[in-house]
Amino acid sequence: MRRHLISAADLSRDDALLILDTADELAKISERSIKKLPTLRGRTVVNLFFEDSTRTRISFEAAAKRLSADVINFSAKGSSVSKGESLKDTALTLEAMGADAVVIRHGASGAPHRLAGWVRGSVVNAGDGTHEHPTQALLDAFTMRRRLGPLDGRRVTIVGDVLHSRVARSNVLLLATLGAEVTLVAPPTLLPVSVGSWPCAVSYDLDAVLPKSDVVMMLRVQRERMNAAFFPTEREYSRRYGLDRDRVAKMHDDAIVMHPGPMNRGMEIAAEVADSPRSTIVEQVANGVTTRMAVLYLLLGGANLGGEDL
Amino acid sequence: MTDAVSHARDQIRGPAHAVLEGPDINRALIRISHEILERTKGGQDVVLLGIPTRGVHLARRLAEHIRQFEGRAVPVGSLDITMYRDDLRTKPARPLGRTELPADGVDDRTVVLVDDVLYSGRTVRAALDALGDLGRPRAVQLAALVDRGHRELPIRADYVGKNLPTSKSEIVKVYLEENDGRDAVVLLKEGDK
Repeated sequence: MRRHLISAADLSRDDALLILDTADELAKISERSIKKLPTLRGRTVVNLFFEDSTRTRISFEAAAKRLSADVINFSAKGSSVSKGESLKDTALTLEAMGADAVVIRHGASGAPHRLAGWVRGSVVNAGDGTHEHPTQALLDAFTMRRRLGPLDGRRVTIVGDVLHSRVARSNVLLLATLGAEVTLVAPPTLLPVSVGSWPCAVSYDLDAVLPKSDVVMMLRVQRERMNAAFFPTEREYSRRYGLDRDRVAKMHDDAIVMHPGPMNRGMEIAAEVADSPRSTIVEQVANGVTTRMAVLYLLLGGANLGGEDL
Repeated sequence: MTDAVSHARDQIRGPAHAVLEGPDINRALIRISHEILERTKGGQDVVLLGIPTRGVHLARRLAEHIRQFEGRAVPVGSLDITMYRDDLRTKPARPLGRTELPADGVDDRTVVLVDDVLYSGRTVRAALDALGDLGRPRAVQLAALVDRGHRELPIRADYVGKNLPTSKSEIVKVYLEENDGRDAVVLLKEGDK
């Protein structure tokens, strides 16, 4: 394992499987009455969140606390960042406080990468702009593996706003590493220009892809990042790319439906689909804590041998 | 020095001298099974917890012997202690072993921890901490196939297969059929493979 987790592409197949196997063992902790391990006692994890987030921040906080680490939450609102402090100065402040790991979410793609060059501790990317969200990809892979077994040759379809999605990019990279076949389905306007270089297939026709899919992952339509008209109306988007009961009926019996949350019910996913037994949406949240525990343990649990930087 | 003495020494100090062979290990485990039955009034409420990897195999063998002698199925589990080690920061993060408790748990049971080699006692210390987070056994006992001395904590074994005086520079290696394809306990000198 490297010292930081910035991109899903940093993970070799062995690294990724080690994280998933570790998470498998740690999953049992959340079933015990004492949900705590002493492993990271005396280590400090800083949650540095420049963008709003509930589930990811809480998930990282719960993961760090279950491993007995001290957690400092830092959100940009109401901090010196709103007084104009730069990312570098914030990083140096954290450094002076002795942070062993910094979990960062930032609106700018590449911010975690810059941060990794300034601090001595480990940097974990909790979402940077439209770039990557590696721990989400890990928890998604973990959820798929628990439901379906090994991912080699499994067909995963990722549907929706790929252009603004850091989840999609991290998932494509990680799932390709793990041997799954990924197909992206989206309107052409919501696919990034560079998608041809990604290790995946692309389709514009959801109905044709659904019967061949083991996993269908719906992405949130990120209206807050949309500064232009990417599709004519929400109704039209929902008709062509939304997952409703009729579309679910085309999937084979063991196929699962995933969503990284938060959902726009009725937009990309129908409420009855989101609440169906095929849906892993609630499991994904629980698995998020377990997977992040595995990541924090593997980054911080051993000796800091000054592993290679990025 | 006579030839006989030097020959004997060669046997002891030889590069891969087996201290216990397969039948010796088997006899030791049979004896330990009987001792467990004696000390626990026929194995009542006993749970055997092996410490991965080889402790788990030994725990299964003990349970099998007990089943043969007494016709009683003793629950067997495994207890991984990685997250409780006190030397985690000396090496890169280690992969985790498997923790599997019997369905009825460990509350109010007599837990017998099973490990292959008892050395510094730190593994057992970690196991006691791990066990405390999983439940509250009525009593905890310790079985080790080999006790090689050099304790660093006030810990002793209740059941010992063989007391093996060693120097700290030596390495005790346990091979088990399930894991390594053969049964043997071997004493190696530092630098040997």
